[in-house]
Amino acid sequence: MTRTAWLFLTPSLVVLIAFTVYPMIQAGYLSLTNYNLIRAAQWVGFANYRQLFADPAFWNAFENTVIYAVGVTPVTVVLALLLAIFLNRQFVGRGFVRTAIFLPFIVSLGIIAIAWSFLLDPNIGLVSYWLGKVGLVSKQGLLSDPHWALPAVMFVGVWKNVGFYMVMYLAGLQSIPGDLQEAARLDGANAWQRFRSVTLPLLSNQTMLVSVMALIASLQAFDQIYVMTHGGPFFRTETLVMLIYREGFQNLQFGYASAISWVLLIFVFLLSILQFGYFQRRQVRY
Amino acid sequence: MSAANPTAVPGSRTRRHRVISTRTLLSIVTTVAGIVIGLAMLLPVIWMVFTAFKPENDIVTFPPELLPRHFTLQHFIDVWDRIPFARLYLNTILFAGAVTVISLFFDSMAAYALARLQFRGREIVFVGILILLMLPFQVTLVPLYDMLNSIGLTNTVPGMIIPRMTNAFGIFFLRQFFLALPNDLEEAARIDGAGEWRIYRQIILPIAKPALLTLGLFHFQYNWNDLLWPLIMSSDLDNATLPAGLALFMGQHVVEYGLLMAGSLLALLPVVIFFLVIQRSFVAGIATTGIK
Repeated sequence: MTRTAWLFLTPSLVVLIAFTVYPMIQAGYLSLTNYNLIRAAQWVGFANYRQLFADPAFWNAFENTVIYAVGVTPVTVVLALLLAIFLNRQFVGRGFVRTAIFLPFIVSLGIIAIAWSFLLDPNIGLVSYWLGKVGLVSKQGLLSDPHWALPAVMFVGVWKNVGFYMVMYLAGLQSIPGDLQEAARLDGANAWQRFRSVTLPLLSNQTMLVSVMALIASLQAFDQIYVMTHGGPFFRTETLVMLIYREGFQNLQFGYASAISWVLLIFVFLLSILQFGYFQRRQVRY
Repeated sequence: MSAANPTAVPGSRTRRHRVISTRTLLSIVTTVAGIVIGLAMLLPVIWMVFTAFKPENDIVTFPPELLPRHFTLQHFIDVWDRIPFARLYLNTILFAGAVTVISLFFDSMAAYALARLQFRGREIVFVGILILLMLPFQVTLVPLYDMLNSIGLTNTVPGMIIPRMTNAFGIFFLRQFFLALPNDLEEAARIDGAGEWRIYRQIILPIAKPALLTLGLFHFQYNWNDLLWPLIMSSDLDNATLPAGLALFMGQHVVEYGLLMAGSLLALLPVVIFFLVIQRSFVAGIATTGIK
């Protein structure tokens, strides 16, 4: 039995070890070297990390990533919940609305971001024009405006993923027994009280899962930023993954880029551990 | 209509009438609100479709308009000449298609062992896969590029495919599905002397078809849509996939709005069609992952 089991596992384990585990460890090693494609790796100890923590470009990317994550995560989660509650009631055209909200999740963000950057273009952009009509004018266009570029790519990030989390909330809502709502109604609870005291607590599992997934995804933001602003203007939209791309694949600083990617790895891993710990504790409590 | 309020006391006609009309009004408002939200979400897609069929002059008019005044197919003709579009399309089909098929195969084999077979070391392998699920893949990019470059596989479609031949999430997803299957069928086959391979191929895989379909769409859309990995792996347009190729082209020719929208529309189409066909089981698949 054991031999057969390992035969079944072999293809996956070989691929995972060779192309995921080994490169992760290799990145740790490279982060301690001075390496670009041309010159062989030279051991430099923690010099890359010392350089990193003194590098304004790193702190800028770190700050942008945190702003992006702290802004996008709660907005996406709350919107997803509101949309799920709205779509949990019967009405004509519900199927269309649900598909329309979910569709951005399945199309390529890199491709649809081309349409978004045209919509926000100061000359031909329809959304730019509409925003101008309500008094929000930016002469050079939102994406070239240092104050508006980050909010604009964050908005596209919310737009892209809200439908996915909405589907998770919808599944949660549909698993709530109808008689609980009915009992609360008979006790004289109004809609808001029923939402606060019945619906929301019963959705806490979904809320936790969705929040952590949205947070981790937002720490890895790249696609729409690459297409819409390329990290600009003045690096105002450069996130950690954009910085890894620029240092690694444009400046060919493989050692330095590996150091940044290890910082990201540790950051994301710690958050995942927190998530895991939280779920363990909850399971005991219930 | 009269069934809407079956508890109404006979005789209180006016009250009953008012209740129904408030309800009708509410449902009309809900439908209108829903359709406005839906259309707003679809705005970039709608704009993309209209712009792809507009002559360039109509695109750059001020003030900008959503609906087209004139209709042209020129952008759809030009896109094949101005960009190596057929090549991009072929690369993307090969990349996303091969990754989906191979990964479904390898993922399901590993998931079968982890869910249905007893062996020493099973927990360790499973925990290892859970840990891989928590780590951001971006950390592998530099060493992976370096490795594939040293064996001459950068700038090739196989080089893009090979590291993705299996997927930790796929193994986890199928393991959860396999765990929930009853033991009876398998036991009967084992008593008849069937080997594990036959049980996996002839009993487990056919039952797992809905899960495989859902995971297949996950793999297909993820790789079809991916930007960062193909971008790193392809230094020129000829070896890129559609998202990477269109992004590279946009970087060089930003003002060819109609052409880019026609190309984008053609690039999005397969995933959208695939999704609309199996939407039901796909959404159900996400819902189950969310509940577990």
